[in-house]
This record gives sequence, C-alpha cells and structure tokens, in this order.
Amino acid sequence: MNGPGDAHLEIRDLVVQRGGVTVLEIDSLDIPRGLVTVMIGPNGSGKSTLLGALQLVLHPSSGSLMLDGEPMDADPVGTRRRMAAAFQEPLLLSMSVQSNVELPLRLRGVDRRRRRELAEHWLERFGIGSLARRHARQLSGGEAQRVSLARAFASQPEVLLLDEPFAGVDAPTREGLLEDFAEIVSEARPTTVLVTHDRDEALRLGDHAALLIGGGLRQTGRPSEVFDRPADRDVAEFVGMENVWSGQRSESGMYRAAGVRLASTAKSVALGAPALICVRPERIVLMREAEGEGNLLRSVVRTVRPRGPIMRADLTSGRLTLTADVPVTAWDELGVSIGDEVTARISADDIHVIEDSD
Amino acid sequence: MDLIWDGIREAARLWWAGDGEIIEITLRTLAISSAATAIALLIGIPTGAVLALRRFWGRGLIVAAVNTGMGMPPVVIGLLVALILWRTGPLGDLNLIYTPTAMVVAQLLLSLPLVVGFSLASIQSVNPRLIGQMWAMGANRWQVLWLLVRETRLGLLAAVMAGFGAAISEVGASMQVGGNLAGETRVLTTATVLETGRGNFEVAIALSLVLVVLAFLVNLVLTAVQQRRPVT
Repeated sequence: MNGPGDAHLEIRDLVVQRGGVTVLEIDSLDIPRGLVTVMIGPNGSGKSTLLGALQLVLHPSSGSLMLDGEPMDADPVGTRRRMAAAFQEPLLLSMSVQSNVELPLRLRGVDRRRRRELAEHWLERFGIGSLARRHARQLSGGEAQRVSLARAFASQPEVLLLDEPFAGVDAPTREGLLEDFAEIVSEARPTTVLVTHDRDEALRLGDHAALLIGGGLRQTGRPSEVFDRPADRDVAEFVGMENVWSGQRSESGMYRAAGVRLASTAKSVALGAPALICVRPERIVLMREAEGEGNLLRSVVRTVRPRGPIMRADLTSGRLTLTADVPVTAWDELGVSIGDEVTARISADDIHVIEDSD
Repeated sequence: MDLIWDGIREAARLWWAGDGEIIEITLRTLAISSAATAIALLIGIPTGAVLALRRFWGRGLIVAAVNTGMGMPPVVIGLLVALILWRTGPLGDLNLIYTPTAMVVAQLLLSLPLVVGFSLASIQSVNPRLIGQMWAMGANRWQVLWLLVRETRLGLLAAVMAGFGAAISEVGASMQVGGNLAGETRVLTTATVLETGRGNFEVAIALSLVLVVLAFLVNLVLTAVQQRRPVT
C-alpha cells in the first residue's frame, strides 16, 4: 500500500453535467501515486472539467472521487489542503512574491519561520529568489508563472493539479521553465495531474497519459503509447497521426491500402478485416533513391510547407496519399522540389494498425 | 459678506477657546457615525460578498433593493425608524426613540446599502479564476472572505468613505429619531440646522466648518490608506 505507482486518486462512475448536458463521463480512472499523469484531449473534451472536479470546485452529478481510498468531498477544505493547483494564468494575489508563496502555508496555520524557510527554498528552486520582495504586479509572464509553481510546491502537496501552466508563456521562457519543472517534479514526486494539449510537454513530463474526447475517456497508457498507438480514429486524429489509411489485412503481417502493400509488425487484425493503417508523419523517411529495410514507396512530392523546424510534405504513391515531416536540414540535403520523385521509407515497426469498426 | 466673515471669525474663536459644547457635539457626531459605519461594514461586506459570489433565488430582487437603498432619501429612513421605535410602534418597548442608539440605527440603514453596493461591485470585479485559486490553496470560507477583502481593499475603502460620508452628513433622519436634544442627541448637522433657524449664523458656520474638516480628515486618512502602494 501507498507505494509509488499505486492508485492515489480514484475516479469512479463520474458524471459532470452543465445545464442538463453531460460534459464529462468517466467510468473508472486511477491516478498513480508519485507519477505525472498527463490529461490530453482537444478543446472541450472535459480535461479542465475533470481538474475542477478533482479540486472540488465543480460538483459532479454522480460518481465518487477518492483520495487514498477516502471520499474527497467528506472534508473539502482538508482535502484541498493536501493538494495544490496552478493554472495557465498565474493567478497571484496583490502582494509581494514572498507573501504569495507563503500564502497557502499561512492558510494552513504554518508558523512564520517555517513559512519563510519553505518560500525561500522554493523560490530559489525555481530560480527566482531575487524576486522575493517584488510586488506580484511587477513580474513578467514567465516570472509570474514561476511564482505560481513555487507557491504550488511550497505547500508540499501530495497531489499537484496543473491546468496548462506552460501554455501562456512565450517559447524561449517556456523551454527553460519546462526544463526546471521536469527536474523539480522528478525530485519532489508529488502525484501530478497535468492538463495539456501539447504533445512535446506530454511526452517530456508524463509518466502516464489519459486521453479524453467529447467528455469521455478514450485511452490510457504511457504517453508514447497513446501518441504512437492510438486506440481509434478520433484518437489518431487528435494525436497528430497524419496518415490514417483505410485498408485491410491481406496476409500475415501484410496490409493493403489504396492498392499499396505495407508490411507491419503491429498486432494483427483478422484476415480480410477492415483496418485503419496509421503512420506518424515524422516516422516517414524521404530518400532520393530506395535503400534500407522496410516499406519503400516511390512517391511524388505534391506540396511542401514549412512548420517551424520541420518541412511538411504531402506526397502520393499511386493512389495513396502520404504526409511526411522532415527536419529542415534533412530537407535541404535531400534537395527535392514539388513534382520530384522520392522514396518514402516506412519501417514495419512504425505502422500501427487499428481494427476499423466504422 | 460681513455675515460670512463674522461667522468664520466666530468659528475660529470658538475653536480657539475650546468651546465645550462644540467639542461635545463633535465627539458625539463621530461616535454615532463611526458606530453606524462600523456596523454597516460588518454586515455589508459579507452581504456584498455573498451577493457577488452566489447565485440564488431572489438575488436579483435583493440587488435591486440595495441599489434603491443607495439613493434612499434620509427622511424616508427617518420616518421608517421613527415608526418602528415610536412608543406605540413594534419596538416601542425598547424606549429607543430620541436616543443616540436610534440615530445609529437610522444612519446604519442609510449607509448599509452603500457599503453592500460598493462591496458587491468590487468583489464582483475580481477574476473568478482567482477566487477559484483561493479555494484551491485550501482557504476556508472565512479565509476566502479575508483574501477577497484584501484583494479589493481599494474598492472597499471607497465603500467605507461612502458609508461614513452618508452617515455623518445626514440630518433629516437624525432629527426625526434623535430629536436634537441638547447634551443627548444633538450632532453637528442637527445643531447647524437649529442655529441657522435661530439666526446664529456664526455658530452655524463654526459647526459646519467642524463638520467639513472632520469629513475631510477622515477621508484624508482613508485616501492615504487607499492610495498607499502595497508592499506585502
């Protein structure tokens, strides 16, 4: 009991309604102790609603929420004092940085000296010790978010509830903050629920992932599993699986989509059964000439568009349309342009197959 | 013009001489209006907070009543309190009519809607997500109220100023329920009315100036607190 990884928070038969409409319905979900569970899903999928229910600020229509096997709503204030939260907005009060970080401890009746000690420790830990005396209104967005996270950690919570705390921070600041947060959370090891729609954040910080769509839980597992092995078409679309081809299994380990034969090591579906064949765009390697192992598809480049550090290319191989993400440097080395022929290499391990229930 | 200058000179003389009656009336005025304002704050701020944060049946009606109360003529309040406290009225047995307590009640009823209205407006302007964060930090109901008061202190100080201003400057209700009895219920406003009626303009001016200076000093202190840059 009470070891790392066991269920710290248990969600059972949870239904949350708004204006008579069900916005969240989860039969069963365990949040493992001491790990980071990333809650992912598109806008309106119920992620923040779930977090609100866990903070006991939203009242479920039915179901139970348990912390260490005890109902969370038996003593709401006591339960909240075992948790801490940080949101996309830093939500600091109109007082100094030090007072903001000390506030949760003050609300818990912690004596002044201990409050000061903890606040100073966590401000230092988040690299903002020098801002302690600054008024909260005089901080930049990134600084304010660091204060908000320091405040959350200072109360030494068993459970940390985070709703996109890195989303409102500009890119360079975000990078440093993510790095520090990853280090701190792996040391302090609170049970963490992190709502995010950022794949990079989910993969980097998450030990465990739960994916919500339309208010329902669609998939749980390791973040890499959820992103690489989606359970259905909706999940595949959400996790950025750009290549989802309708096809069928033609023989052992072989699939056929739009007239193209593809080998896959994915768990097999029944022979002849309709299947969705999925490949992440970054798993497709483009080459001038065919070389190496795997599925080698002669393709024609149709469109190319830059997307930050990558180039996204749409190609056709016969009747099959492919989307590939290629790092800008690799694209430059490849030296191809629209209309050119290339070989798209897809490893059999990178092809994920879902039984097509539609 | 002479009348005014004579009045100001007489006022200065009365102050300088430390006129006992003026000091007594001033202290009574301060005591009655401060008590009324303090009670209005104790009741008004939590009421404003509840109206700002909760949605319940009849809330709209209460808010409309508060808004009406903010502009209620003092004589109407005076009449109401007089009727209730009159010897044959519902609370006549308490023998409160023509006492400072009756004046506190009347001034309280005048300043309460102002305090509730101002508190409601300032607390309603707080980001609801910040209030959510207060709960998330583990605050109980009273701690949330304390944090809200702290967070909206500028607006709430405006409520204090409006409430105190309404109480100290009011005359009609104080006359009706206090009776302007010398040494008992006479305050600066009622004394000013009396002295004006008697043609004692220099005393009336002296009393008015005390009232103005008093109101100014109180508001000066409150403004200094309101405009101070918070450091903690």
